[in-house]
Formats: sequence, C-alpha cells, structure tokens
Amino acid sequence: MTAATTIPFHTISLLVRNKPGVLVRVALVFSRRGYNIESLVVSPAMGQGEYDGIPITPGEFSRMTITCSGDPDNLGQIVKQLEKLIDVVTAIDHTGEAVIESELCLAKIKSGLDQRTALLQIAENFKAKVVDYGSDSMILRCAGESDKIDAMVALLRPYGIVEMVRSGKILMARGLAST
Amino acid sequence: MAGKTPTGGEIVIQCLEREGVEHVYGYSGGAAMPIFDALVDSKIKFVLVRHEQGATHMADGYARASGKPGVVLVTSGPGATNCVTGLLTALMDSVPMIVLTGQTITSMLGKDAFQEADVTGITYPVVKHSYLVKNAADIPRIMKEAFHIATTGRPGPVLIDLPKDITQGPCTAPFVDTVRLPGYRVPGRADPALLKKAADYLAKSKRPVLYVGHGSVISGAGAAILRLAEKLNAPIVNTLLGKGACAEDHELHQGMLGMHGTAYANRTVQNCDLIFAIGARWDDRITGKLSTFCPDAIKLHIDVDVAEFGKVLKPDVCMAGDAKLVVEDLIPLVSKCDSAEWLKQIAVWRKSYPLKYAKKGGLRAQYVLDRLDRLGGRDCIITTDVGQHQMWAAQFCRTTKNRHWLSSGGAGTMGFGFPSAIGAAMATGTPTWAVVGDGGFQMTLCELSTAALQKVPVKILIINNSYLGMIRQWQELFFDNRLSGADLEGNPDFVKLADAYGVPGKRVKRAADVDKALKWAMNHNDGPCLVEVEVVKEDNVFPMVPAGAGYEQMLIERPKVKMDKPTGST
Ligand SMILES: Cc1ncc(C[n+]2csc(CCOP(=O)(O)OP(=O)(O)O)c2C)c(N)n1
Ligand SMILES: [Mg+2]
Repeated sequence: MTAATTIPFHTISLLVRNKPGVLVRVALVFSRRGYNIESLVVSPAMGQGEYDGIPITPGEFSRMTITCSGDPDNLGQIVKQLEKLIDVVTAIDHTGEAVIESELCLAKIKSGLDQRTALLQIAENFKAKVVDYGSDSMILRCAGESDKIDAMVALLRPYGIVEMVRSGKILMARGLAST
Repeated sequence: MAGKTPTGGEIVIQCLEREGVEHVYGYSGGAAMPIFDALVDSKIKFVLVRHEQGATHMADGYARASGKPGVVLVTSGPGATNCVTGLLTALMDSVPMIVLTGQTITSMLGKDAFQEADVTGITYPVVKHSYLVKNAADIPRIMKEAFHIATTGRPGPVLIDLPKDITQGPCTAPFVDTVRLPGYRVPGRADPALLKKAADYLAKSKRPVLYVGHGSVISGAGAAILRLAEKLNAPIVNTLLGKGACAEDHELHQGMLGMHGTAYANRTVQNCDLIFAIGARWDDRITGKLSTFCPDAIKLHIDVDVAEFGKVLKPDVCMAGDAKLVVEDLIPLVSKCDSAEWLKQIAVWRKSYPLKYAKKGGLRAQYVLDRLDRLGGRDCIITTDVGQHQMWAAQFCRTTKNRHWLSSGGAGTMGFGFPSAIGAAMATGTPTWAVVGDGGFQMTLCELSTAALQKVPVKILIINNSYLGMIRQWQELFFDNRLSGADLEGNPDFVKLADAYGVPGKRVKRAADVDKALKWAMNHNDGPCLVEVEVVKEDNVFPMVPAGAGYEQMLIERPKVKMDKPTGST
C-alpha cells in the first residue's frame, strides 16, 4: 500500500465512536471525491478517563489514522466533512506538525545461506529483528518511521521479498498537543 | 396494556408520541408489521400513501411547512429503497426527517432473506445519520438521538432500520430524555471578534447586498435580517429556497438571484462591493462561473454548518452559528452604509429590466402564476415541482411569509411538488397550491388517492406545456434545437384523471378564463382540486445565466446567436 512516492502524504487522525458503520462513513468521505486512502489503522482508544465530564465506557472510542494524498484545499474540506460525521469526535490533519510517527513492517525474504550475512547486516542497520529463520527464508520485523522502512525495503528488494505486510502509519502529537 | 411487557414496536411508537409526532406517512409490509400493529393503539395519525417516495415527500413537506420533523414508516427491501430519492431530497435541502424502515430478523441479516436489503449501506450517502438497531434495549436511546440529530444544527434525515424480531420482541428499557453524542457540536452564537470584523467590513461598504438562503428560513431569521437590512440600508436577494425568509415585496428586496433570478437581483450581486451570505452556501446555481463571481467583493458568511466554510470559495469572515442569533448579535454593531447611490442604481436596473414575458401568442404560464400571486397566492403555501414552471413560480409568485414556499432545490427532484403539498397542508391546514409540470406530476400522481382520502386543501395547478419544458429549453438554446426525449406526447387527460380519483378539476385554455378557474380553486374547500392550464408549448425561462457561465453572460431574452453547450455542473 505505502510506496515511496513524491506526492506529499497527509496524515489525518480521527477519534471516532466505536460504532458499526463508522468505517464506511469515513471511507465514503474519501471515495465520493475519488480519493484513495493509502493507509488506515484502526485501534481502540481512550479506554478510561472521561469525555465531556462523563466517564468513558471501555470500547466507546476508537482511533483511526489515515494516510492519503491530494491537494491541501480538498483535504481541508475532507477533514471538515469527516468532523461533520456524527460518529467522528475529532478529525485533525497533522501534516507539518510536530508528531511522533511509527509503522511496523514484516518482510519475508527468500534467502539461501550465501545471502544471510548481507541480510543480517541490513537488519542490524535498521534495527530490524529476525523473527523467523528457516533454511530458505527469513522474516524481518522492523518498526519506525515510514521513510526508514521504505529505505530498508529498497535494500531488501534485490534479495527477493516474497511477502511484505506493513501496518500503516500511526502517529501522536508531541508534548501535550492533542492527536 | 398495564402489566404487559411492551414490544419494541410499541416502544418505537411511544417514543414518537413523546416527541410530539402527529402524523406518520408510510406503507406497510411484512418486516414492519409489529410497528404497524403498535400504531393501532396510538393517537398518531397514520397516512397510507400510494408509493413510498410519496411518503418521504409528504413528510418533507410537513417538515418544511411546520419546522417539525416529518416521520416516515416503511417496510424492508423495496419499501426502503423507494425512500432513497426522498432522503436525498431532504438531505440536500436540510430538512428534518425520521425514516423508520422495517428489516428482516437479526439472525437472517446478510443471508439474502426475503425482502432484505442492506438499507443502512444503501443510504449512507443520503442521510445525516442512521442506525441499525440490534438490541431492543437501545430503542429509546436511538429514537431520542435520532430526533435530536435530525432537528438540531443543520437539520437532515435520519434513518432507523428496525429488524422485525426487535420490534416484535419485548422491550423493557426506560425512556431517555438526554443524549450523549461526543463530537456532535451545534454552534449557536458567533464569536464576538468575528462579528466585529464583519461589522467593520459592513461599515466600509458602499454597495452591500444580503444574500439570504434556506438557513434563514430554517432558523426563522427573516425579521432580524429585515432589521439588519433597514439599519444598513442594504438590498436583499434570496435563493430559490430562501424565498419567504424576508417578505419579497419589501422595498429593499430584489427577489431571487442566480441562474433564473431577476436581472436586477443579478446585476446587484454582480456589482456589489460586499456580499453577505446568511444561511446560504454559494451553490453553483447561485455563483455561476466561480472565477467571475463577485471577484472583488468582500464576502461574509453565516452558516450553522462549519463544513460550508471555504467549501466553494473563501469568505473574508465566516461566522458559525444559528442565522437568527448571529444576525441579532450583529445588528447593534452596525450603522447605516453610504449606500444611497447604490440603491438608486438598483432602482434604475429594476426599471430597465423588469420581469417580463410575451403577452401575445397564446396563454403563458407566467401570466397564470402572476394571477395566482395577485389572487391570494401569498396567503397560501406554494410548493412546486421541478422545471420551467418552478422557475416561473419563483419569479412571479412573491413569497411574503416564512415557510410558505417549498421547492426541491439541491436535489431538483421531479415528483416532489404534489406530495410535499399534501404534507404541508396536513401540517398547517393552510390552503396549499402545488404548482407542477405535466411531466413531474406524473411521477407521483398516484397520491391523488391520498389527497382525496385525507381531504387536504391542496390545489393542484398543472402547467401543461406537453413537454419536459426545461429540457426542451436547454435543447433549443444549447443543442441546436435537436429535441431528444423531451416531448410528453401521450399525456393523459388530467381533468378526467383527477375525476377518477374523485378530485374535481377544470381545464383552462384561454387567458380570459384563468381568473375564474383560480378563484374557483381558491374557494373550493372540500378537499383537493385541480386546475390544468394548457400553456404555450415552446416558451423559455429568462433571465438565464447558462450553467457554468458568469453573470456578465446573463441572457435577458432569447439570444439571436447560437450558444455554446453549457460547461457548468449539469
Ligand atoms: C426525477 C428527475 N428526473 C429528471 C429530472 C431532470 N429534469 C429537470 S426539469 C425536467 C423537465 C420537467 O418537465 P415538466 O414537469 O413538464 O415541467 P416543465 O419544465 O415543462 O415546466 C427534467 C426532466 C429531474 N429534475 N428529476
Ligand atoms: Mg412540462
């Protein structure tokens, strides 16, 4: 899904009510304009505490982190349309803001014994972990910024990546700013 | 029923009663049976329509005329899909509506059960919000939320899909009186700093214009806007749906702007130095070609929906809030503009470019609508269908009361005019004229049964030009008069047709007979009646700003030269 490209990506973070259909409603805001979602991560959010002075019930909210590309005017409109959805609590475009971002990647490489040393060196450099080690394949797990993962993937590619799964980007605003 | 556990269906109906619902418009079917059963013991009046689309437009007309949410009840599958057009119509024009749809039992969901349709899935893009009820215990909360969402902020339709086992089974959950909707914000009053900024711009303006839209009707902002206009000494124009917010016969009012607006309203907009959108959304029917729309004018914008800000263009000040409250808060901050010259100029345009039409060559729709306006039309509600007759009615029937003009604007839904008139008349008891075309009337005319049965004071005025007139007009002007799919040959005898439903009717062919027929209908107070006027077949609506063109290309009469195909959206 995520590929190295020159189009600037925007990352939008949504706090949503964990209701059936919320994902479709969010997706429709993009698809109606012919926009493609590059990556999407959905996970539970705010398991405790309170919202608007009322205690949160576990599972009430989810977090969506969406990466997409498009011109800033249209994306600004998309963020407003997302915020307008009843089940969306907040929608924030974090592009250009101080954020911590991270992604997880699993890459399966076909490798004979002669390539092992080179692959392990790449893994070492990117702080990737070997999580599966077989006689003719290995799986590397790498976490970090998407750019870094792109770089590692580029180096691995000549060795033959058989399968790759990336989680999509998640992010969090630095300091006390809201995500 | 004391002691017996109520069913989910009974709780649904009791929730409607608690919300003050008077009428439900709908059509029954297997999956909705438990809800219909609960209606038997309710004082809510159920109106059986003849097609579900009609139910949605009746509920819509009820809502537009009364300001209260309209309620629809239909069955699953085809019953629900027949509501899609009505949902779009209501969504586009911000109309509060609750649509209850029956659904197959929860254990069969997704298994292609009889009359199963993924109704929430089909309707996502045409609702403000929707629910699929999976638990009877959720009914009271969902009903409360649905009414709150439909009626607050920017109103809109909310759909509730109710599986039959849920409405048939027991429901013991208590009623709720509050809603918790984190993230659902309804702006009320605007930020004082923004009001100040708007007032500063207004103080400097010499050529201001207030551009009033449906939001002003919905919020009841008309009186405040008139006070603002008078204090500023600024002219007013309104959109098709803004008609009625401020009386169109007020001396500062220039009528409708936009594609078929009056020439003087459009000249006013084209030459203003400040345009102030009050509950209006810079629709493409208003702006025409965006790059030439008031490029140098200051733009102020009041909207309750913040997603409208910057959607079409970038105003200088955007004030989020309820139109009435925002205008009221603004009034003390403004003073009279130096606009005397401006109003003089507008008066000259009014004189030079009055609304006009050919008086010769046969009976003209414009004449009929002008007579309707003069013979008491302003005391009635007027609904319209979509097409030439709609634009002529907008031009010649001046609206002087809020919620007295109902028309499908955003969706332009043919078939809306007649059923919406039934809903409006049922909501208010006010005599209601449904101005319809010979084409659009045929899309929902089966509701003649409903109108006759309910004895509603609806007066149907068919402007019969034997054409899909608006289509023919575009083909004549922009497609070398190559008519394609525009001829309505095969039209029925509308008077005979009405007679078959027990609705009295009259046909008019000559101008001399118009007054008599209109007066007859005005005085008819025993249920619906119909007046069919056979008008000149090939007439055109002017002024016209061709779609995608700028105001400077406004046509005041039929152009002598060949026109290019319009480039704007539809
Ligand atoms: C449901 C629907 N289908 C098609 C159209 C496109 N359309 C707009 S106006 C019009 C012609 C309407 O004809 P008629 O009802 O006779 O009114 P007239 O223009 O002749 O006054 C058509 C087909 C529409 N607005 N709605
Ligand atoms: Mg016609």
